[in-house]
Formats: sequence, structure tokens, C-alpha cells
Amino acid sequence: MKTTFLKSILILTILAVSFTSCLKDLDRTPFYGLNTESVYADPDNYIEVLAKIYAGFSTTGNQGPAGKPDIGGIDEGFSNYIRVYWNLEELPTDEAVCGWNDPGIPELHDMAWSSDNLWIKGMYYRIYFQIALANEFIRESSDENLSSHGFSSGDVDRIKGYRTEARFLRALCYYHAMSLFANVPFVTEEDLTGAFFPEQISRADLFNYIETELKDIENLLVDAKQNEYGRADKAAAWTLLAKMYLNAEEYTGQPRYSDVITYSNKVINSGYTLESKYTNLFLADNHLSNEIIFPITSDGLHTQSYGATTFLVHAPVGGKMKPLEFGISGGWGGYRTTSSFVSIFADTLDGRNLFFTEGQSLEINSISLFTDGYAIAKWRNVTSTGVIGSDPTGTFVDTDYPMFRLADVYLMYAEAAVRGAAGGDMGTALSLVNQLRERAYGNSSNNMSSLDLDGVFQERSKEMYWEGTRRTDLIRFNKFTGSSYIWPFKGGIKEGQGVADYLALFPIPIADIVANTNLKQNPGY
Amino acid sequence: MKKTFTIIPLLIALFLCICTLGVVAQNGSVAGKVIDEKSEPVSYATIILKGTSYGANTDDDGMYEINNVPTGTYTLEISYVGYATYNESVTVTAGSVTANIQLKTDYLSLNEVVVVGYGTKQIKDLTGAVTSVGTKDFSKGAVTSPEALITGKVAGIEITSGGGAPGAGQKIKVRGGSSLNASNEPLIVIDGVPVDNATKSDGSSSIAGAANPLSLINPNDIENITVLKDASAAAIYGSRAANGVIIITTKKGLAGSKLGVQYTANASVSTIPEYLDVLTGDELRALIEETGNDKQKGLVGTENTDWQKAIYRTPLSLDQNLSFTGGIKDLPYRLTFGYLDEQGILLRSKLERTSVGLNMSPAFLDDHLKVQINTKFAYTNNFFTNNGAIGSSVNFDPTQPIYQANKFGGYFEWVDVAGNPNTLAPKNPLGLIYQKDDESNVYRFIGNVQFDYKMHFLPELRANLNLGTDLSRSDGTIFIPASAASDYTRKGQMKFYDQKKNNKLLEFYLNYNKDVESIHSNFDLTAGYSYQDWLRAEPITPFQNEDGIDVGYPDLNALGDTVTPGSIAFKTQNTLISFYGRLNYTLFDRYLLTATLRDDGSSRFSPDNRWGLFPSLALAWRISDEAFLKNSGALSNLKLRLGYGVTGQQDIFNDYPYIANYNQGESTAQYPFGDTYYNVLRPDGYDANIKWEETVTYNVGLDFGFANGRINGSIDVYKKLTDDLLAVIPVPAGTNFTNNILTNVGSLENQGIELTLNLIPFDSQNFTWEIGGNVSYNKNEITKLTKIQDPDDVGVLVGGISGGVGNTIQVQTVGYPTNTFYVYKQIYDEDGKPIEGEYEDLNGDGIINPDDRYRYEKPAPDVFMGLYTNFAWKNWNAGAQMRGSFGNYMYNNVNSQYAFYSNINGSKNYMANLPESYFSSEFVNPQYLSDFYIENASFIRLDNISLGYNFRNINNGSTSLKVTAIVQNVFVITDYSGLDPEISGGIDNNIYPRPRIFSINLSLNL
Repeated sequence: MKTTFLKSILILTILAVSFTSCLKDLDRTPFYGLNTESVYADPDNYIEVLAKIYAGFSTTGNQGPAGKPDIGGIDEGFSNYIRVYWNLEELPTDEAVCGWNDPGIPELHDMAWSSDNLWIKGMYYRIYFQIALANEFIRESSDENLSSHGFSSGDVDRIKGYRTEARFLRALCYYHAMSLFANVPFVTEEDLTGAFFPEQISRADLFNYIETELKDIENLLVDAKQNEYGRADKAAAWTLLAKMYLNAEEYTGQPRYSDVITYSNKVINSGYTLESKYTNLFLADNHLSNEIIFPITSDGLHTQSYGATTFLVHAPVGGKMKPLEFGISGGWGGYRTTSSFVSIFADTLDGRNLFFTEGQSLEINSISLFTDGYAIAKWRNVTSTGVIGSDPTGTFVDTDYPMFRLADVYLMYAEAAVRGAAGGDMGTALSLVNQLRERAYGNSSNNMSSLDLDGVFQERSKEMYWEGTRRTDLIRFNKFTGSSYIWPFKGGIKEGQGVADYLALFPIPIADIVANTNLKQNPGY
Repeated sequence: MKKTFTIIPLLIALFLCICTLGVVAQNGSVAGKVIDEKSEPVSYATIILKGTSYGANTDDDGMYEINNVPTGTYTLEISYVGYATYNESVTVTAGSVTANIQLKTDYLSLNEVVVVGYGTKQIKDLTGAVTSVGTKDFSKGAVTSPEALITGKVAGIEITSGGGAPGAGQKIKVRGGSSLNASNEPLIVIDGVPVDNATKSDGSSSIAGAANPLSLINPNDIENITVLKDASAAAIYGSRAANGVIIITTKKGLAGSKLGVQYTANASVSTIPEYLDVLTGDELRALIEETGNDKQKGLVGTENTDWQKAIYRTPLSLDQNLSFTGGIKDLPYRLTFGYLDEQGILLRSKLERTSVGLNMSPAFLDDHLKVQINTKFAYTNNFFTNNGAIGSSVNFDPTQPIYQANKFGGYFEWVDVAGNPNTLAPKNPLGLIYQKDDESNVYRFIGNVQFDYKMHFLPELRANLNLGTDLSRSDGTIFIPASAASDYTRKGQMKFYDQKKNNKLLEFYLNYNKDVESIHSNFDLTAGYSYQDWLRAEPITPFQNEDGIDVGYPDLNALGDTVTPGSIAFKTQNTLISFYGRLNYTLFDRYLLTATLRDDGSSRFSPDNRWGLFPSLALAWRISDEAFLKNSGALSNLKLRLGYGVTGQQDIFNDYPYIANYNQGESTAQYPFGDTYYNVLRPDGYDANIKWEETVTYNVGLDFGFANGRINGSIDVYKKLTDDLLAVIPVPAGTNFTNNILTNVGSLENQGIELTLNLIPFDSQNFTWEIGGNVSYNKNEITKLTKIQDPDDVGVLVGGISGGVGNTIQVQTVGYPTNTFYVYKQIYDEDGKPIEGEYEDLNGDGIINPDDRYRYEKPAPDVFMGLYTNFAWKNWNAGAQMRGSFGNYMYNNVNSQYAFYSNINGSKNYMANLPESYFSSEFVNPQYLSDFYIENASFIRLDNISLGYNFRNINNGSTSLKVTAIVQNVFVITDYSGLDPEISGGIDNNIYPRPRIFSINLSLNL
């Protein structure tokens, strides 16, 4: 009896001891993957975090092509940065219509979006995803943090370079936020991750912030053309500054055309040169081009998504277009253009005229019918020598997206000069535009002899269509809202109609208005 | 004990140890016959010698025999459903003692013992909302998975099968479900082991290769299923009990009983009850002739293929079980073998299950130490047919032939201008089925050993140690040949996968039970500790890629070339540690109090939020035992129950939600700098402060019985309030690494009434008739979902549908039930036909845009009910079981994605078919978000009818044979226009049809 009692006590004691040791088992950590601390303790990891900030423009998640998505609440393929940005810049304009009835798409061309539009939401959250990534990286790679890790000076210098690029990418995202949404939440590396309500910054203040940032890093970035392909250099920052200045009046009320001249000159003289053949800029080997200042890359095997150029190549292929000629196994049959835009290309000798008309009607009766409206055969997954891209399934393309290219900068210079910028030279402006025309026509017989604002607009339309700048351009030329320029289905009716001016800004998604007490909605929504 | 407590060697050692026992000196036996008031033999009654593991079951003639009983005086206890428990003292001497017993009818079975968390209770002593269902009342016929045994049997529990595929999972929702984004699955405890019935966040099974984790448990081994519905009953399981607890007890042997051998077989034929009405080849040709364009006229074929008939079949399935029950000397055991071959109605779909179970319950030290060993092993071999064929059979052009000489394996397929498969066209349904081999093997072992030691020095005190494990191993292959049109450009598919899951359990509790007669009180105190751990790894052994990263199997094409390198290996673990206590206090045998407290710590939360405290309190008053009612002839039972309790939820499909993880990108999500492709590292969005979701339940219940229990039942009224509701909601932009975060933000409310009623209108010598039924009403509402309320806020869009990309049909909005449909209001013409594209401008702003969508109905029923009846006449018996559901709505995604003219296509170089329902709208283009497709899916279903005959007195009464004929899924009455109105989630999108099953069931007892 007594021994049993003692045994019981013993058993209980053993159990009691093992209980307390078990409590440690509640500290479970992941078997794979890293956390903030372990990532930044290894100097070799920094480039992989930087790679994600760049990749955030091209891929949609960490799985590729789909899976482990970066943002939620929107179809992952739709959520790609370039795809949402391109759609917001192109679909509400004369350049593009889309036949798909997917959530949010019809409202974009109809200009009837609400503050819950999925594409607007997708853009907004994609921008802030990128900004949050950049903020974390900039914070973790601060001088103070780097020295605390005790890295070699070589590593420290290398990582500081990455940090500068992250600042550039953040500035680029804030530029898009300023352009699309105007007054937006403002977060920097000073704000730690977690539950707080960011303050709303005014459009003009944001302009100043971006300008200050870019001017601060323009000398820290690698010299033009000296960085690895795919990474930002000084010319990228200059191009962004030039773009901001060109649209400054819209953003701040103050025109800054002379600054456009200053910064476009820097780019023009930085060593980038025009690609000899216009169509090569949109092919699977466009990474070889010396014209692209800052690309967002895609790769059929390594950098897969349903957005970016994979979208741009597939989505406009339908009707009698042969997928194989575009280097893909099948088109998605969605995007065409309006007759208003076609009419800009009165001259069919222009090599930039890439309309596909066989089986397509010029006028659109039904947006949902692919054969209504001319198709555009600009983006392809075939190299300049006719070889199909690397993905054997014919789905994911190798074509890179030129976020900035030299021809755009030529046109910025020309426009600023025409608009009377101090320091702008009309002769240079005309010569730059004529260089583009010579490339387009293959000779100089179509060169212009003089340049006016409408001439710049026409030239810009022909050179830059379907490259994600249309909405910004139309706003600058006062053609986006109102009735000065009407295209089919503008305002939701076939013949087109004027629309209210508040539509020049997109609404801040209602989801963020509800989540952040500091935000005030844009007027009109 | 940490990672090394492996249970299998322990069990083997124990088994060997027990087998070598058998130290028996002088033994006797007890035998006799059990009859009822009508002097009819009572079969299957359980006789035990109280306080020991000795006992037996009566055979068909009411005879029993308990052998090998050590001499001494015992209390013989006979219990059986429908009879009052009977106690009689017997003295066993060397030799045989006869004890014949007559039982008295008692329809209430208040003395029946049910298993509650960490202990057992007599029904009369229960204070919470608890429903127990025994073998007798289980659903009959072909039942593959345990939870299907109680479909429609328990008020407040809605069990919806996930379709008719072999082994398909069931969605179990207890009292409306208390979570939004966390799991709504109840906790399932089998023989004291909480088992892994987890689903992934998308609702699929967390055991790779198994359609349903519970399909690895043989329902034939189950004795009883008890459901703890309210918090006061379930709170002892604390954090995992917010959605109720289902306790499953398997059949056991009894020491001293003679060997009982039972063989059961269920042979069944499954048929498809109904095909979807689609156009025939001739009808489609006529339509094209009349309205088609040249392109369509050029594509139309000459055949009349019925694609649906081509893919379904009428297969034979067989479920056989053999069990041996008895006691080897004083070692009670039950050994069971099962073999199930379930063939699905969709060609090639199959589940084969081989199961072995061994339960042993030896006792030592003068029955002071009781040991219960339960082991269940199952192996399933699954063949998953390509369910894509279901939708394709509805949509594929009926004017085309099935077969054609071509490069796609001989199946007719649509091609593009280059002669390659048309990527936009539907694929040949038979090609989909025969050109995909998707097979898996799953092994699962659930076992535990439970030591229950009654202290020698203090018999009122028991110590109970339970060591358990739940292990599974899966492997599977998917093969699609290079010629298959579905995967033509990538040249087919070859995929391998495997997975291991190791779950372990250690529980220890002390129980003190003392009657203090001086104060007419009974104290029953329990205090315990529980440690549980779940580990999952995919693949079992990772491979290392060239970067030294652990990865899984690569995605190959049929030629063995790598299409996508292996993804990063997956391994995850979580641990739950709990301390719990319970007090049951009974005063005057009629005032009952139960108080429980559980402190749970989960590794899923940060140390600051790790522990959750879950109390409960319940009071019950057995009014009918009061003196003033005690001798009332009419009223046989009246008990009032009041309960309050808090339960928690931590099953959020992610084991590390509070940690700032960096996610490593896969090799297909790299980014190039120069010529080098870099892997990417991404910080994942997280909520450092994520914590327990808590549900407070209030329950008032009344149990009643009249006329000796011939009329009995209960009413429960409840309210469940979930706070700190875990919901995926947008976070302020820029503050986290993604936009939607799972966080404790909302509140959810469920309230309802449940009524259960059982009647025995007839009970005469030859004829008995029983009717039972239950009705449940539940109202569900989201009461909070954001930090700020804004009238413009739509809420969280959910409910993805087929058709287009990214369309959703449901929304979570404050003030509405979960998953409310969010649609446009269709405008109809004078003839009641919907006008295409015309919707009401609900916000009156002159344009129709998503702001004009409105919230209309929801998928959950307001009221659901079950009704069952049994007749017994001499040796015949018959039964029927029916279920109803009212106020539940369905989005007919089959119609919305196929029933419009442009679905025929033609312009994209292929044609497709239309459902007949096209003519009710004659839409040209898809109108996915129209409320035209939201239909009332209320239904009444006759779940099964059965007729059986019991052949007694075969072979001098030692053998009995029972033969039953059963039809399952007999008919459905509904206004819903789709094939089946019963689909969990409210979106009907080509589900695997539930078969109608005709079975013959044999049960042979030797």
C-alpha cells in the first residue's frame, strides 16, 4: 500500500516536470523561410529582397505564375502592377477597349467606376505593397543597421547601392499614386509595420517629397548604362524627374517645363540610343535594345505571371490573328482600339501603324465582340529573328516592358520646348521628333518642317500608344474629361459623350477609407 | 517526451505484455436470459459486472454468458436503449451461476451513460445541450464516413455532403457556425483522441490524397456518436470547441464473454438520379440552322452524342466487415477487419479501404488499474477521376462524335488554326477522364492507450493517463499523356506527391468523486493537463536543389522533362497545451451544477496573446424528481438546463501568423539582374497581435418526457456571440506587407431554437412504431467587421464563381448573414422574361455600375429538420429518414456560366452546347451577377428507406441473420432548377452528383 502511494507520487512528480518542459514547445517557429532578423543578418540576402521589390512590378506572388499572392481581394493575375497600371492608363481612353465582362473592366472604358472598382483597388494596393516592401528594406539597410551587423565595407557599399535603388522604386510608386489618386496616405521607412493610420499627404507635398528624394539619389545611383540590365541607373531617375516636371502643372498648379528640358537633356546625353526598328522594342529580345532606359522584365521560365507583358501579348490576340505569330499557344481575345484612335494614323506608311484589320470592323457596335474595332499587333513573344520565346507551353513571355524609353524622353523635350520652356530649343525639338519619324517611315521624306502642340500630341500618340501613358497625356492636353475630345463609348454610350472633370482622378478605394480614419475621399466620389 | 514519445513500440510492448498475462486461479461463470415485459428476448443488451471489465452481450435469443469470472460477489448491470437499467447482485462461485432477468420498458434511457469530455455521465446528470446517437439510430445503407451516420439526426447540426464522389467529405456546421475565416469544423474526438479532420483554408482535405480525412475511419466500428453543442458542455475542450464537439466511441469487447463473430456486408448499386437538361444534337443543329452564323454552321456536326450518359455509370460497391468480439480470459477485445470497395457513378472514380481495428481493455491490480487500448488502422487507395468532365459534359457540343482518328489519343477535340488544341474550347469529357490517372494511397493510424488508475488508498480518486497518436502517410501520382488535349502544349503531366502527418497527444487528469450523504451531495472534480502537437510535412523527404534549398517534387511533363522545378518544401507544426478543471456538483440528486475552466496555450499566437481562459457554468434542475411531481403519472421527465460558456477558436490554417516571416520565392518567381536570375525574399503580411477568437454561448434547455417517455424530447434556445472574430479585412494601405490581413476585428451573432421530439405511438407484442424528429431555426448576423463604419463600405467580397475572371457573388457585410448574395436586381418584361443587361438603378444615379448591386438572401437555411421513423412487426422492420431545409438560397452557377447564346460560340473556332434553361432567359451574353440566378433551394429529401427481416433461430439459435434492403437518396422535392439543391456554400457549380443508392445489407452473427 505504502509503496503504491510512493509510486503514485513519483509518477506525478515526473509528469509535473515534463509539463513545464513542454511549455517551451509553444515557441514554434517555421521550419523553412526566414524572419526579419535572420534575413538581414546575412549580407547575401539583401539582393534577394531588392529583387522582390523589382519583381513586384512583374510578378504577382512568390510562386510564379500564380500562388502565394502579394495582395488579395483581386484575381491574382489581374493584380499585376503593370497590368493594373496599363489598364487604368489605357482603358478609359480612346486607345483601348476590352470585351471582357470581368469585375471592374466594363466600367473603366465607360468611365463609370465606383470607389469599389477592383482595378482601382488592385492598383492602389499594389502601389502600397511596393512602398511597404521598399520602406522595410530602406529601414533595415540604414547605415546604423548595416554597421550593427558588422558587414565588410564592400558589402556595406553594395547594400547602400541597393538601398538607393529601393528609394528610386519607392519614388516611382509614389509618382504613380500621385498621378492616379492625388492625395494619398504617406508612409516612409520611419513608420514601423503594424496597426496605425497613415496621414494623408497633399498632391503638391507629395510632388515635393518625390522630387527631393529623386534629387537626393540622382547622384548616388549608378551612372547611366553602367548598372546591370533590369536595375535602375541615374538615367532612370532623370527620366522620372522629367516626367514629373512635364505634368507638374497638373500636380501642383505650377508648370516646370524648363526642368523638363534640363532632365531630358541629361537623359538624351547619357548614352542611350534609339532602337533602329520600332517594332523590335516590343519583342521577346527587347532586352538587347539600347533604347530602353528602365525595363520591367519578364521571362517565360523564370519570371512568370499572368500580368505584365504576358498580358500585353495574349490579351489583344483573337479573331483571325494567329497565336503562333505572337509566340503564344492561344490568345485571350479581349483588347482592341477605337476608330478615334485609328484616325490618328491617317498615313499607313508609318511603320508604327500596327493595326490588325482582317476580319475586324473599324467601328464598335458591341464592346464584348472581339471583331468589333481594329486589333493591335504591337506586343509579341517572338524575337527580332523570329524565334518564339522560351516557355515551351507558349504561355509566359520573354518580352520586357519598357517603363521608360528614350523616344518618350525625346517627346518630353519636344513638348516642353513647344510649350515655351526656358532653355528649350525648337530646332532640337524638331530634330528629335524627326528622328522618330525617320525610324517610323524608314526615310526622311516624311519629316516635319515645323512643330506645334498638336503636332507633338499626334506624334506622341503614334509613338507611345499602348504603352501605359495615354491617360496622363490626355489630361495634360485637356482631352481626357469634358467634351473637347470624344471617342466611341467615352462616357458609356456608343457615340461617346463628355464626362465630368472629377474623373481625372481615381477614387481612393472605399476599403482604405474605411480602414484609415485619416483619409478624405477625392471630390466627386 | 518531446519528440521521442513514439507510441507504436509502446503499444506493441503493451500488447505482448498483456498477452502473456492470464494469471487466473479460480473462476466461475454467469449465464442467463434477458427478456422484456412481454417476455420477448432482448437481444444486444449489454450485461456487465459493475466495476470490472467482465461482461457480455445477449444474442438474438436474449441469451448471455460471462466466463472466467473470478469468484466473488458482483453487481450485475443490464442496460439497453429503451429499458430501465437493471441491477442485481450475483455471487460467482467456481462453476456456473444462472441469472435470468426481466427488463422494464423505459423509453427515456435516462440512465444510459454517454461519454463527455474527460469522463462519462448518465443522461439524467447532463447539464449541457448534449445529443447522443447510438448504432440503432445510425443512417443505414452505404455510409463511407462516420459523420454521415448522424445526418439529420441531431437538432442544430447541419451536415451537407460535399457531393457524390467516393469518400467525399461532409461539411458539418453546428448552430450556424461561429467563425468567418477560421475553421467552422467541429472538434472530433474518437475514443479520447481528438483527430485531425482539418481542412485547408480552401476547404480541401488536409490529408493529401484523401478526399476527406474522416473517410479513413470505418463507420462500422462505431458504437455511439455524442454531440456536445453548447459551450457549457463543450468548454472543457476550450479552444477547439467553438464549433461543437463530436465524440465518437467505437465498439469494445467484454471480458468473460464468449467469442462473438459478426460478418456484415453491404452491396449497393449507385445510379445517377437525374441528368441536366441540355440540348440534344438535333436540337442544337435546329437552333444553329435557325439563328446561327456561317461560322457556326460550318462547325456543326452530324452526331447526337449524350455526353452526360457517356461519363456516368451504374456501378456496384461492396462494404464487408468481419469482427471478433469477446474476452480471452480476462482480456476483453474486439478485432475488426473491413474492406470497402466504393465505385463512383462518374467513370473511374473509386475508393478502396482496408481497415483493421483492435480494441483491448485489460484490467490489473484488482480492477484498480484499467487499461484501454484502441487502435485503428486504415489504408485507402483512391482513384480521383477528372471532375472537370462534369462541367464539360454539360457544355460539350452534342453534334460531335466522342471518338475521332487524331493525335489526341482518339478523342474528338476542338483545334485552333494551327491544328493544335483550342485552348479556349471545352475538352472532350471522356478524354478528360481516360487521359488522367490520378491515384493515391493513404495510410492512417489512430491509436491510444489510456490508463485509468483508481487509487488503492483512496478509491474515490482516479488518475487517468491517455497517450495517443494520429499518424498518416500519403502518396499519389497524377499522369496525363502527352497526347491529351488538356495538356497538349506542355506535353502531358507527371506529378508525384507525398505527405506525412504526425499528431500526438498526452493527457493526464485526476478525478475525485465523492458522495457526501450527510449533505445529500455528490462532488465530482476533475483536473487535468493536455498536450497536443500537430506536424505536417510535404514532401516526406525533401530534395535539395542546386541552391541548397529543400524542395518538393518537380512538375514534369509526360516525357519526364521538368516543366516547373519543385516548390520549396512545406513543413509546419503547432502545439496546444491546456490545463483544465471541472466540478460537477449534485444536490438532492436533482439540482445539478457544472463549472469548467480551461486555460489553453497555442503556439499559433505570440507569447503575449498565447493563453486563453475559457470558463463555463451550467445549472440543471430535474423538476420531475421534485416530490410534488414525482408520482405524477403523466410526466416522466422534466429537466431545465441553463448554460453559459466561453469557447475559443485558433484553427486559422496558418501555424505562424504572428511571426514576421520572409517568404522565399519559387524558381518561377525570380527576377533577373543582368544575366542572373535571383530568388526573391518577401516579407509576408502578418498581425503580430493576432489572438483567440472567442464565442460566448447562452443556452436554455428543457428536456421532457410524458407517458413513461413514450413522448419525449427537448427544446433548446441559444445565443452565440463571437467576439474578436478572425476576419480577413483590408488594413490601412502602407502599414503591412499585404492589403488583406487575418485579424481579430469583428463580431458575429447566431441565435436559434432547437426542438427534438420522439414518439412511440405503438409498442405492442408484435408491433412497434417509433417516430423521431428535430427542427432547428438559426439566425446568423455579422455585427461588426471594420474598425470604422461607413455607409459606402460594401464589405468583403467572397464567393468566387466560374465564369469570367475574379467574379464574386457573395459579400460579408455588417447587419447581414454571412455569405449574403450580392447581385444586380434583374428587370423582367411583361411575360416575366428577364431583359438582358437591364438592372434596377438601385442608387438612382442614372448609371448601372457595381454600386447598384444589392444584398439578397443567403445560402444558410432559416429552418432545417430531420424526421425518421421505424416500424417493427414480428421479425420485420422498416424505417425511413427524411430531411428538410427551408429558406436556403443557391446561386445557379451552372446556368449562369452556360445558359446564354454566345456560349455556343463559333467565332473562336469551337462550338459548345446550351442547357435547356437557356430558353427561360434567352440571354445572348453572360449575366453572371444577376439575381435571376439566385434561386430558392429549400428542399425535402427522403434520405433513405429500409426494409429488413431478421432470421432468428438458425442453427439452433446460435446464429442469426438479418437482411435489409435500403434505398438512399430516394427523392428530393424542391423548386430549385439545378440538379441538387443541397450544396454547402450556396454556389452550384458542377458538383459531383449525389447518387441514388440501392443496397442489400446482410448481418450475420455467429
